[in-house]
Amino acid sequence: MPRNQDIKKVLVIGSGPIIIGQAAEFDYAGTQACRSLKEEGLEVVLLNSNPATIMTDKDIADRVYIEPLTTEVVEQLILKEQPDSVLPTLGGQAGLNLAMELEEAGFLKEHNVRLIGTTAETIKKAEDRLEFKATMEKIGEPVAASLVVENVEDGVAFAAKIGYPVVLRPAYTLGGSGGGIAHNVVELEEILANGLRLSRVGQVLVERCIAGWKEIEYEVMRDSKGNCITVCNMENIDPVGVHTGDSIVVAPSQTLGDKEYQMLRTSALNIISELNITGGCNVQYALHPETFEYCVIEVNPRVSRSSALASKATGYPIAKVAAKIALGYTLDEIKNAVTKKTYASFEPMLDYCVVKMPRLPFDKFISAKRTLTTQMKATGEVMSICDNFEGALMKAIRSLEQHVDSLMSYDFTALSREEILEKLEIVDDRRIWLIAEAIRKGISYDEIHNITKIDKWFIDKIAILVEMEQALKTQELTPELLKEAKRIEFPDNVIARLTGKSERQIHDMRHENGIVAAYKMVDTCAAEFAAETPYYYSVFGSQNEVEETSGKKKVLVLGSGPIRIGQGIEFDFCSVHCTWAFAKEGYETIIVNNNPETVSTDFDIADKLYFEPLTPEDVESIVDLEKPDGAVVQFGGQTAIKLTESLMKMGVPILGTAAEDVDAAEDRELFDEILAQCNIPRPKGDTVFTAEEAKEVANRLGYPVLVRPSYVLGGQGMQIAINDHDIDEFIGIINRIAQDHPILVDKYLQGKEIEVDAVCDGEDILIPGIMEHIERAGIHSGDSISVYPAQSISEVTKRKIEEYTKRLAKALHVIGMINIQFIVCGEEVYVIEVNPRSSRTVPYISKVTGIPIVPLATQVIIGHKLKELGYTPGLQKEADYIAIKMPVFSFEKIRGADISLGPEMKSTGECLGIAKTFNEALYKAFLGAGVNLPKYKNMIMTVRDDDKPEAVEIGRRFRALGYRIFATRGTADYLNEHGVKAIAIKKIEQESPNLMDLILGHQIDLVIDTPPQGADRSRDGFLIRRNAIETGVNVLTAMDTANALVTSLENTDIRQLTLIDIAKIK
Amino acid sequence: MKAFLILEDGTVFEGTSIGSTRDMISEIVFNTSMTGYLEVLTDPSYAGQAVVMTYPLIGNYGITPDMESKKAWPDGYIVRELSRMPSNFRCEGTIQDFLKEQDIPGIAGVDTRALTKILREKGTMNGMITTNENYDLEEIIPKLHAYKVGDVVSKVTCSEKYVIEGNGPKVALMDFGAKNNIAKSLNQRGCEVTVYPAHTTAAEIISSNPDGIMLSNGPGDPADCTSIIEEVKKLYNSDIPIFAICLGHQLMALANGAKTYKLKYGHRGGNHPVKDLETGRVYISSQNHGYAVDADSLDPSVAVPAFENVNDKTNEGMAYIGKNIFTVQFHPEACPGPQDSGYLFDRFMKMMGGTK
Repeated sequence: MPRNQDIKKVLVIGSGPIIIGQAAEFDYAGTQACRSLKEEGLEVVLLNSNPATIMTDKDIADRVYIEPLTTEVVEQLILKEQPDSVLPTLGGQAGLNLAMELEEAGFLKEHNVRLIGTTAETIKKAEDRLEFKATMEKIGEPVAASLVVENVEDGVAFAAKIGYPVVLRPAYTLGGSGGGIAHNVVELEEILANGLRLSRVGQVLVERCIAGWKEIEYEVMRDSKGNCITVCNMENIDPVGVHTGDSIVVAPSQTLGDKEYQMLRTSALNIISELNITGGCNVQYALHPETFEYCVIEVNPRVSRSSALASKATGYPIAKVAAKIALGYTLDEIKNAVTKKTYASFEPMLDYCVVKMPRLPFDKFISAKRTLTTQMKATGEVMSICDNFEGALMKAIRSLEQHVDSLMSYDFTALSREEILEKLEIVDDRRIWLIAEAIRKGISYDEIHNITKIDKWFIDKIAILVEMEQALKTQELTPELLKEAKRIEFPDNVIARLTGKSERQIHDMRHENGIVAAYKMVDTCAAEFAAETPYYYSVFGSQNEVEETSGKKKVLVLGSGPIRIGQGIEFDFCSVHCTWAFAKEGYETIIVNNNPETVSTDFDIADKLYFEPLTPEDVESIVDLEKPDGAVVQFGGQTAIKLTESLMKMGVPILGTAAEDVDAAEDRELFDEILAQCNIPRPKGDTVFTAEEAKEVANRLGYPVLVRPSYVLGGQGMQIAINDHDIDEFIGIINRIAQDHPILVDKYLQGKEIEVDAVCDGEDILIPGIMEHIERAGIHSGDSISVYPAQSISEVTKRKIEEYTKRLAKALHVIGMINIQFIVCGEEVYVIEVNPRSSRTVPYISKVTGIPIVPLATQVIIGHKLKELGYTPGLQKEADYIAIKMPVFSFEKIRGADISLGPEMKSTGECLGIAKTFNEALYKAFLGAGVNLPKYKNMIMTVRDDDKPEAVEIGRRFRALGYRIFATRGTADYLNEHGVKAIAIKKIEQESPNLMDLILGHQIDLVIDTPPQGADRSRDGFLIRRNAIETGVNVLTAMDTANALVTSLENTDIRQLTLIDIAKIK
Repeated sequence: MKAFLILEDGTVFEGTSIGSTRDMISEIVFNTSMTGYLEVLTDPSYAGQAVVMTYPLIGNYGITPDMESKKAWPDGYIVRELSRMPSNFRCEGTIQDFLKEQDIPGIAGVDTRALTKILREKGTMNGMITTNENYDLEEIIPKLHAYKVGDVVSKVTCSEKYVIEGNGPKVALMDFGAKNNIAKSLNQRGCEVTVYPAHTTAAEIISSNPDGIMLSNGPGDPADCTSIIEEVKKLYNSDIPIFAICLGHQLMALANGAKTYKLKYGHRGGNHPVKDLETGRVYISSQNHGYAVDADSLDPSVAVPAFENVNDKTNEGMAYIGKNIFTVQFHPEACPGPQDSGYLFDRFMKMMGGTK
């Protein structure tokens, strides 16, 4: 069937800010789909509140709205842009829910807008628990015994009938929010009450527990004619019980025979046919490990995290094909973009093994529970490809960038056999390391399997890796042994450690014996057809098949690895734009990255894609083969920056700012010298290695001081210390991981925090704009509300910032990007941090100023000058808009994480509020972040002493808006004394009714809780914040944020939003 | 022990010996299925060939009760890696032991992707697996050139007829090397299936008065089966409903004057899209064939193409005009591979019902 010609203008809804359970995969899918739509000559209108995405670029869509994802906004947008169709299946659950609300309200019909792709009826059948169950029963597909309940009593009664444990799954939530396994009635009541509240429709499924069964997924495609195919299947190494997003996943399935494989495949096709899905769909199964019994766990009638993974694992572009199907094409009409010979109506065959591992945020949330459950906690993931499972696992481990390079990286050697057995019962992110130790201790496969339910095939693979460790430790390192170790992807540094040799020796021995990485192609068809898409992975002991290319200059672009707090999708935005800019300049582009969720690892972004870990050794193997003319490190975040030194040793020229200058910005002493030369003040400070030195420095400077490790991202390990005790504690935490670099101790200045990104060509600089943080210094810039253009600093200060930026960029010989953070106290401007690389704010500031910063920086790196590119150097004229970047957190997903903001970054994503006025922009930003007040007009205030004067004013303003203020004794007294009525409530440890009852009673809209500086040892504050978050209450931990919120609430005249097409910003 | 795979073009792959250590010479073909190695090994259509598995991890779930015939048929087996420990609830043994028991020479540790690319570019060729480290290429290569698959149907067919009881239509299944699941698929639909040796005369079949005749898959060059083709022509004339798969499909075409030709490297795997030319629907099919019917060589008044391969447009099935006969090149019985075209057995059931 050819394309439906009635479709001319399509609204694509994105997924909003990155949160746990909804990450970069939707940018990947959305970008691919938008490009696919534009390829067909359609006009694409894009809505997404996330400014860090590639899909919100004017290159990707014709009209781009970075506005809050609410029904009001979509309605208004439809009225304004009058699209004829909405494509809702690319924006994850957020996009789907929005489209469904509009459909149900009849708005789409009323305005002659149709949902393309999958119909509303289908979505409902797949998403609504009752309808889904009925549909499955109709076609004889088994589902676990279950009941949808709308209250706790029914749930308790049903669980009593089917027996514990039971699984709870709230309807219409993402990443399994609010779900869990209840082993008894107490747990059931707690999880169920929470789940009911989080569900959009107040429904939770109570289900027979199938924990321990194999978890298998199928990615299926279907067109309007009913043709269907499976793109791939995947097996979770972690059995049912751990969210697939937190599981280690392998593709294709490894332990299923053809009978099981085809049984589930046929089932998946039956389901997609019955649901009448047109597009992509994910079906999850639980398969009994010892029978052919299976249950359908869930169906996602849209592209998903799993479909992104499947696309990268097979080379089959699911989102692109789904978009074409939405336009009316059938699978046999769509060319396979990889082989360019075959069609989309075939099933990819893999001739390699793919392993995905989750990137979990426990390094950021030290207090959080590491336990993995049905609620997803991972912020991102890595994928690796190899021709054997062991190798793929080893590669995935070192791709994580979590100080792990082998199965020895978490040290469990001190545990006894009994302790290990006991610990194996707990499912956490270190489980495979613990299994490795269990094997070392001689615990049998059966014992391990009986506890973990992990298939013995995987346990045996872990054992093979453990045996290799032993062999390397005890045997002479012969070329044969080295060859085998490399075949299963032991990195040189691990082999060196185990054999007592140096890494160099191993490296040389490898090259002497011809043991080098070869690269194979991901071609969707197991080499059956010649493919043209250069998407490669490395293996040892095979023939290389990368074709030598010549003629063009080659540039190596290093990606940013897995999405984690502090290094998010922004860096993928930068890497992709940099790659495109190099291509435009006639370069051959080579991307190295390992994140399956991103646009940068799509098969047609660069001329060549190497899906590989980003370690020096892995990169060197690529360099040996490709011999690039240069490498760019300034766009791939800290991951790429960290590779600078190694690249130089390999003889690869670093394009742009030189490595020694990158180093100068990070090396405290060198940096201090440069600041002194430039005559720029910075807060006083020093470098130390031990707690004793740190305390000496702190006392010399006077508390409070800022303590942090150098060479980190996202302020990891950064803390404000107010006394010696804090220093001891913080240095202890920092030194848990061996430090090659010193620790920095600086005087903490509480002023306005200002940030700039600039491009420097060696002579001139260009500053697109100055951003000001709403929160005062002390809160990580990534967690602060950022306002462009800066609102409260003087023209003189702005000029000073411009001047300092210029001096610093020139002193550091920056060619390309620089990011500087300042503190402004009065008219005094201090520099607190300089990053000679692209930063988190680059996508945001590019979009709101209309200045293509990354392409510009790339052109400068190549050797062009800003002036010849048509730009007037210096600080650019301020835009007519106010654009506010609001951090978004995923605290409700991470049990036990402390949510109070500080110098260490905790947000997972961001959204934008852009408007003609500050107040409207602020309102949009809060709305986009999901802060939707008020429901009850009740709030709680509990603030530290030095915040109390400010609390009075804020309290007064909330009172004026009709809020009832509850406060802890000290805060209440202070407020009342100053004429703000507040109701004193008891602290947590006091008898009911106390503060906690109030929070758990769901009558509170907002908690303002500012914890004391330093190490907050009060259990109370922590509990208040945690419980508030888990019951869905908004919590603010900084007075400045509270101030901003009340400002946005006061301006009720801005409820009628003005939508701004940022594609028109020049 | 070391083993070597020597190709006709002089390429040598070194690996580790698996299964039998005896030398073997055969035609080397590749299969892209990711599961179903046991079904592949026991598919009689592989008689006279050595199979390369493109999926690198083989033997993961061991040997299960899923054999498609009594024994393993390939002359040789070429893999990247055999799993040292299988795991599956139905696992009865390891593939290592199975290859030994079945006396199949094999080689592991081969860069199967590189090998597949050679076969793809140069076409299917002959090769040898040997454990003799002192092999002499000059002596071996002429032998490889000389190798011919030969009359393999006689080797794989059953020695005498047997009956699988059922209460429904009576089907005569011509066993040219039939996979078990053909008879099973019919039997599950109620058919009483009588399995006949390949060289049974048409007269004998017709005189047994079956409701339908099923022509099975099988190995080798279809054009070599001259005597069988003559009998098939007689079956064609009998007006008994006929459904034919793979070799059966080719023989029916040859019986009606068509030509068959050897594909460059065949279709072997579980991902081949075939289009039903009547409805335009595409099904993913299981395939295993090195030869194809030249559809243009068949008189359109006798038969018209019913299915076509979406990838290379080769013929995948014929509908015979004015006859209750249809034939397919692919494998609706699956095993291994997708079950999407299983409905064709239902169509055959309908055809048989109509004649009663």
